[in-house]
Amino acid sequence: MIEGLSKRFEDVTALDDLSFEVQKGELFGLLGPNGAGKTTTLNILCGLLEPTGGRAYVGGHDVQREPGRVRGLIGVCPQDTAVYPFLTGRENVELFGSLHAIPGESLRKKTEELLEKMGLTEDADRQAGKYSGGMRRRINLVMGLVHNPEIAFLDEPTVGMDPQSRRAVWDFITELKGQGKTVILTTHYMEEAEELCDRVGIIDHGRLIALGPPGELMEEHGARDLEEVFIRLTGRKIREGV
Amino acid sequence: MELRRVIALAKKDLKKTVREPAALFMTLLFPLIMALAFGVAFGGIGGVEVAGFDIGVVSLGDPQDPWAIQFVEAIHGTGVLWVKGYEDNKTAQGDLSQGRLSAVLVIPGDFGEGCSSYLAAPSEPSLWVNTSIRLYLDSGSMMVTQAIPHLVNNALLVTIHGELPQAMPSPIHLESPSLVEARNVSTFDYMAPGLFPFAAIFLTMLVAQSFVYERQTGLLRRILVTPTTSAEFMLAQVLSNMVVALAQVALVFAGAFLVGYRPYVDASVLAFSFLIVSAFSLCCIGFGLVTATIAKSDGVATGISFFFIMPQMLLGTFVPMGGTQLGRIAAQFMPSHYVTDALTSLLLRGAAITSPMILFDAAVVLVSGILILIVGVALFGRYGKT
Repeated sequence: MIEGLSKRFEDVTALDDLSFEVQKGELFGLLGPNGAGKTTTLNILCGLLEPTGGRAYVGGHDVQREPGRVRGLIGVCPQDTAVYPFLTGRENVELFGSLHAIPGESLRKKTEELLEKMGLTEDADRQAGKYSGGMRRRINLVMGLVHNPEIAFLDEPTVGMDPQSRRAVWDFITELKGQGKTVILTTHYMEEAEELCDRVGIIDHGRLIALGPPGELMEEHGARDLEEVFIRLTGRKIREGV
Repeated sequence: MELRRVIALAKKDLKKTVREPAALFMTLLFPLIMALAFGVAFGGIGGVEVAGFDIGVVSLGDPQDPWAIQFVEAIHGTGVLWVKGYEDNKTAQGDLSQGRLSAVLVIPGDFGEGCSSYLAAPSEPSLWVNTSIRLYLDSGSMMVTQAIPHLVNNALLVTIHGELPQAMPSPIHLESPSLVEARNVSTFDYMAPGLFPFAAIFLTMLVAQSFVYERQTGLLRRILVTPTTSAEFMLAQVLSNMVVALAQVALVFAGAFLVGYRPYVDASVLAFSFLIVSAFSLCCIGFGLVTATIAKSDGVATGISFFFIMPQMLLGTFVPMGGTQLGRIAAQFMPSHYVTDALTSLLLRGAAITSPMILFDAAVVLVSGILILIVGVALFGRYGKT
């Protein structure tokens, strides 16, 4: 839950009185053009950034007061791929599993399972520095979710992926929801949000400009898709903001 | 504190050292190559051409005794014997056995009486006070064993008779020289102890580069959103870099040994060397963290790290910049100086680990290491994470 969240970087307002709530087990999409404030919101929810104003709660815990408890609940897939190039794909995943203190045998099983789902089993023992961009993004996602978190923050998880990889990630995210996990997904791919999300929040210039299930928003604004919803609300295409 | 996290992070850092060519070269190959190259360049041949012999003189009587002073001047007057005064025979013997001296001469306490008794009654041997001068020689040098007894005896006769007589009886007798097996100390023997901290100094640069890289690529942020605590993260850094420091010590020893370096080493000396270099690695990690706090990119980190590396290297290792008065004063503030000092005493002079100076050096390195590390962790934690 976010209440009146604001964040300023010197003279730039990244978030402006942002408030919304995500239910347990919900797949929530945070949409908006680049620079809208999506990643800033996630960074505050992860405890990486301190808000200038307002409060944020994750799993009922105040992010600023109980960061340790929050970190025990969440899994994060960052927007920019962050993998150790000198470690193999498997070692990268197992490292982050170990940081969440997953016992050895469970970690091995979970790693194998996720690598297989992401189509990385064959390349798992190659150094990640030699992976293609798409493979890096997939391993990036697995690293954030190997510990089976209750709440997953996925920051543009499919950006730059080929259609096949993107479909594999979509299936994976859908499976997470099926397991009762809460997923907060940021994206500027409107079709991704329409396909996956129970509800979406559209933000622009740090402000929440629409909130609701994709179907309802499209109906409310007489739009064929979420892209059109954004145009109706802002007068711009979402990619123009990029 | 979850040990599994610490081990996982430390293993990750060690894998980086082994798998990344630049890190592998700087941490492990460079010290080995350096030890081999310096050993070959300054090893068996030695760095100084000797045109005379150093002779240690121990006066057991009054050092102001004019006869003893005259004798020492006569020795000096030979032109090829360079006198070094010692207060006790043990110290002089130590230097002789380490090859710092070619000979040790022990002037007895009644030397002056013997000379005076001869002068008072040159033709009355029954009234002379007879005494003996002991001479210890480096058995490994034929030149020394052949030349020095003769030169000393001549100096003795000049002292007593005022000139070199043909054959005159004398109350002072030069004993048959005792031969001492001295080590052949080369320039490399003096340099080698400084190679150990020299190798570890570069950890500063590698730690700084590693932290900056993790911050730039988002890996640090990624770790920060796991339950890993700062203490676990830093402990892993300390452990992995200590392992690297230990590997460096082993490689420098091995490389130096291959080119003929044979210091005074037993298990306790080895263990101490590992420990003091490990303690020194704490300083390097601390300096690395300070560097990483300031630097915004890998390249800048490399540059800034040399502000810490160069003084440590020039004033605290084998590089002879501490030869000036100012250099010696500045060296007192370099942790590397204390590592080199302790290792020099141990490896070159064969000092005991429990000797006060060694313990003092170790304490300085450990305390400064902990303090610098604390400063580094605090600065990086406050300003360096983002």
